[in-house]
Amino acid sequence: MRPFAYVRADDAAGAVATVAADPEAGFLGAGTNLVDHLKLDVERPGLLVDVSRLPLDAVEDVEGGGLRVGATVRNSALAADRRVRHDYPVLSQALLAGATGQLRNMATTAGNLLQRTRCVYFRDVTTPCAKREPGSGCSAIGGYTRYHAVLGASSHCIATHPSDMAVGMAVLDPVVVVLGPGGEKRIPFAELHRLPGDSPERDTVLEHGDLITHVEVPAYPAARNSAYRKVRDRASYAFALVSVAAVLEVTDGRVADVRLAFGGVAHRPWRALAAEELLRGQPATEETFRAAADAELAAAEPQPGNAFKVPMLRGAVVAVLRDLTTAAARAAGTGEDR
Amino acid sequence: MTLQADPPSSPAIGADLERLDGALKVTGTAPYAYEQPVEDPVFLQVVQSTIARGRITAVDTAEAEALPGVLLVLTHENARRVASTDDLEFAVLQEPDVAYRGQVVGAVVAEDAETARQAAALVRLTYDEQPHRVILDATSTHPDSPDLYKPAAVNPSFETDTEQGDVEAGLAGAATWVDVRLSTAWLNNNPLEPHTTVARSHGGALTVHDSTQGVHTVKGTLATVLGLPGEQVRVLSPYVGGGFGSKGNPHPHEVVVCLAALALPGRWVKYAATRQQMFAFTGYRTPTVQRVRLGADADGHLVAVSHDAVSQTATVKEFAEQTAVVSRLMYGSPNIRTTHRLAVIDVPIPSWMRAPGECPGMFGLEVAMDELAVAAGLDPVELRVRNDPPVDPETGKPWGQRHLVECLREGAERFGWAGRDPRPRQRLVDGWWVGTGVASSVYPAMSMPGNEARITALDDGCLEVGIGAADIGTGAWTALSQIAADALGVGVERIRLRIGDSDLPNASVAGGSSGTSSWGAAIVGAAGAFRVQHGARPAPGASTTAGMLDVPGADDVAQYSFGAQFAEVRVHADTGEVRVPRLLGVFSVGRIVNPRTARSQFLGAMTMGMSMALHEQSVVDPRFGHVVNHDLAEYHITANADVVDLQAHWLDERDAHRNPMGTRGIGEIGIVGTAAAVVNAAHHATGVRVRDLPVTADKFL
Repeated sequence: MRPFAYVRADDAAGAVATVAADPEAGFLGAGTNLVDHLKLDVERPGLLVDVSRLPLDAVEDVEGGGLRVGATVRNSALAADRRVRHDYPVLSQALLAGATGQLRNMATTAGNLLQRTRCVYFRDVTTPCAKREPGSGCSAIGGYTRYHAVLGASSHCIATHPSDMAVGMAVLDPVVVVLGPGGEKRIPFAELHRLPGDSPERDTVLEHGDLITHVEVPAYPAARNSAYRKVRDRASYAFALVSVAAVLEVTDGRVADVRLAFGGVAHRPWRALAAEELLRGQPATEETFRAAADAELAAAEPQPGNAFKVPMLRGAVVAVLRDLTTAAARAAGTGEDR
Repeated sequence: MTLQADPPSSPAIGADLERLDGALKVTGTAPYAYEQPVEDPVFLQVVQSTIARGRITAVDTAEAEALPGVLLVLTHENARRVASTDDLEFAVLQEPDVAYRGQVVGAVVAEDAETARQAAALVRLTYDEQPHRVILDATSTHPDSPDLYKPAAVNPSFETDTEQGDVEAGLAGAATWVDVRLSTAWLNNNPLEPHTTVARSHGGALTVHDSTQGVHTVKGTLATVLGLPGEQVRVLSPYVGGGFGSKGNPHPHEVVVCLAALALPGRWVKYAATRQQMFAFTGYRTPTVQRVRLGADADGHLVAVSHDAVSQTATVKEFAEQTAVVSRLMYGSPNIRTTHRLAVIDVPIPSWMRAPGECPGMFGLEVAMDELAVAAGLDPVELRVRNDPPVDPETGKPWGQRHLVECLREGAERFGWAGRDPRPRQRLVDGWWVGTGVASSVYPAMSMPGNEARITALDDGCLEVGIGAADIGTGAWTALSQIAADALGVGVERIRLRIGDSDLPNASVAGGSSGTSSWGAAIVGAAGAFRVQHGARPAPGASTTAGMLDVPGADDVAQYSFGAQFAEVRVHADTGEVRVPRLLGVFSVGRIVNPRTARSQFLGAMTMGMSMALHEQSVVDPRFGHVVNHDLAEYHITANADVVDLQAHWLDERDAHRNPMGTRGIGEIGIVGTAAAVVNAAHHATGVRVRDLPVTADKFL
């Protein structure tokens, strides 16, 4: 723990200007992740600009459909929002699968997207970590890998992104609205988080001084039949071993539309495009679901200690899609509004 | 004031009394060690080694000392020499040697806690690092394995190996036998309140607010180690937020805080361990590797019991977990053999964790019993009933009270065991494999010698009862008040209990499930002496200090508590997730002093047993040498959502052999056998036998 300066931002533009002007500065949201890292000496900012009180705490309807979620909307508020629960159950479920009620009451939408990995070596300054200190190597390789990546990792980093909400958002194709030193940027969600490559110190494509102000979730009627399934060793308050976010539309027993994203297996929320492609137009059967999961997982490169994630994820994909198929059939049978 | 007859017509013992300290605790006003109001405190942070074995070759404290607010930097180069190095755990900052990673190798005291923490990170140590070994990889549990040694005794003073009859011959003649290798994980005690010490040296006397299970134990250790007369050390600990054994004896932090206090006379030095530090030097349960061989004749009677246990110990000092001792007495057999071996490796010193010995040992024995039941085609309850020995197999003594069979029968009835289909992997409900399992529990009934209590009549008609006992969340404040009320023939509201202060009469540690029995017996003994000395109408100021009385014939019987635990386990067919929707225990523990706090003890211990079964595992990285999942986000304990239907019941009984109250002890038995019941139920659900804890989802994929 080191001394740092603290200022409370009055407006987003001022916050961006302050942080952009100081290479040692950073934004402070709810602090549910950052304050831990200050104590652990993992983060060493010279200045924290508190953006948690900026007037960005509304969930607004967008003309023509969709929602505009402010950066400081609390996780519990977003999960409980009637529109989210009805139109995007996958997002509400993902939010409620994360952390605890107390943390969700504090944690913000933008902060959740930007939380750092739970890799135990990243969080322990006595062990080397290239994400913390570029070029110092990856202690997780050859170490404790239970919560580490099986997809898209590199020899520099096998960390996973810990967010549940982000996995739920990944199947909704939102746009992340960012205010930077050069003005507003609109970043497709799929492009926000990076794979580690040879620069694992960068979790996202954001530049110093970039502040997420909103997440715009487009209208997507198919998402009313969607779900988030988190697999973990205990029933609550645990990060995902693997997780699956899924949207499924079934017409005449065939997959009309599907989106799949995985959590707990990669440095970013893992959109399973190969599996989606294989599923579209195919019979909505367990056999197809399994084959699609296998297609996506063909690229998996597990570590000793986390090879179980491959069959576990396959099982979770099958379970989620089976449940959504049943739900779709029930909705069609009763003529309910999907 | 008039004292009523003993025993009273409506006893306080047995009353469902709320915790007397409950309101203080739920309102956050019970003063724990760190919250004790002290004037003008300073704050200590420790410096920990970043190697697992070697030597410090250079110390650079300049940067730390230059930080504004830093008052003191201690290392082995400038720390006061201790007076005794008989116990090397307490020879803190005496030598440059490093015996495990995370060892306390320095300390910083500063005007505020943040500066202390920052400065601790600025102490630069240079090491001569030596190769280390930190993993208990006892591939062989054979007692003659060259990597292992045979300790002279196992905790606290049991024979290391025993053999009755001829186990090999018994196995050779068995109609059914099993040979099972199992392991339990390295577990870290995680009381909610971290280990805390707040100390001041003033006029040559040392006052210490400590979070401990025994103020007199800490006082004695500190006096010896620091070379102070006992009367100049006072330890206070009225409220303790859990210990589970890890506060049963002092650890290095108590010594280092007192070294700092002696170096800064007049200042209160405050220290609370971080959660990460609690994975480094405040004690933990050793991992075990066990081999259990059981043989039965055609009727299911055991003809051989063999239990070989391996655990680890530190280079600093020996800790010999008594893992296999339970197999000496649990079931009857003409041939019983047990062995214990230790691997001495570069790890922190293992210590006590709730039911040390019994907890890991009964995991091994009770999983093996289930495997034997499956192999013999016998119901696992029935197998245990058939092997219930009429006398203690080890000593031949009669049992004080052995009601295991009653616990099994009542548990089976309450749980709905009858009609259970013994075949595994038969029930798939909503995508989950469902199964049930059972295991026995056992714990010795112990009392510690040397306890005394002081009874004093107060001006307001109340009676002060003082003893240096500890309430570590167990309910001792309430239970001891109830015992005192009955012994003195007054209502509980007339008792003014004082505990947690080494200036009070001597009390043994809150450990071995012996607290209520030992302290309660001293209170009863003192109450009797008080009545004799002061009569039924004691004048204000009347005071008597006396100790416990011997119970005639106590040594002539084998004194144990028993229990039976039943678990329902569900394993998800697609993902392997494991859940325990039902856990039910029935215990035979003697008389219950307070059903409310007793139930809390059982439920807590059973939850901790479920936690051991499903979640807890300190992951040690062999390259670095420390527990890498060292916080409560990554080291999983069972959380609220994991506990669904949890029930604890007990037999209505009194034990005439242990103490005048008729109690035994209840703090630990609830964790014994739980993990085996869960493993056995998981096997029944899935057909997969998990012999290495914890039982995690990946083991079913």
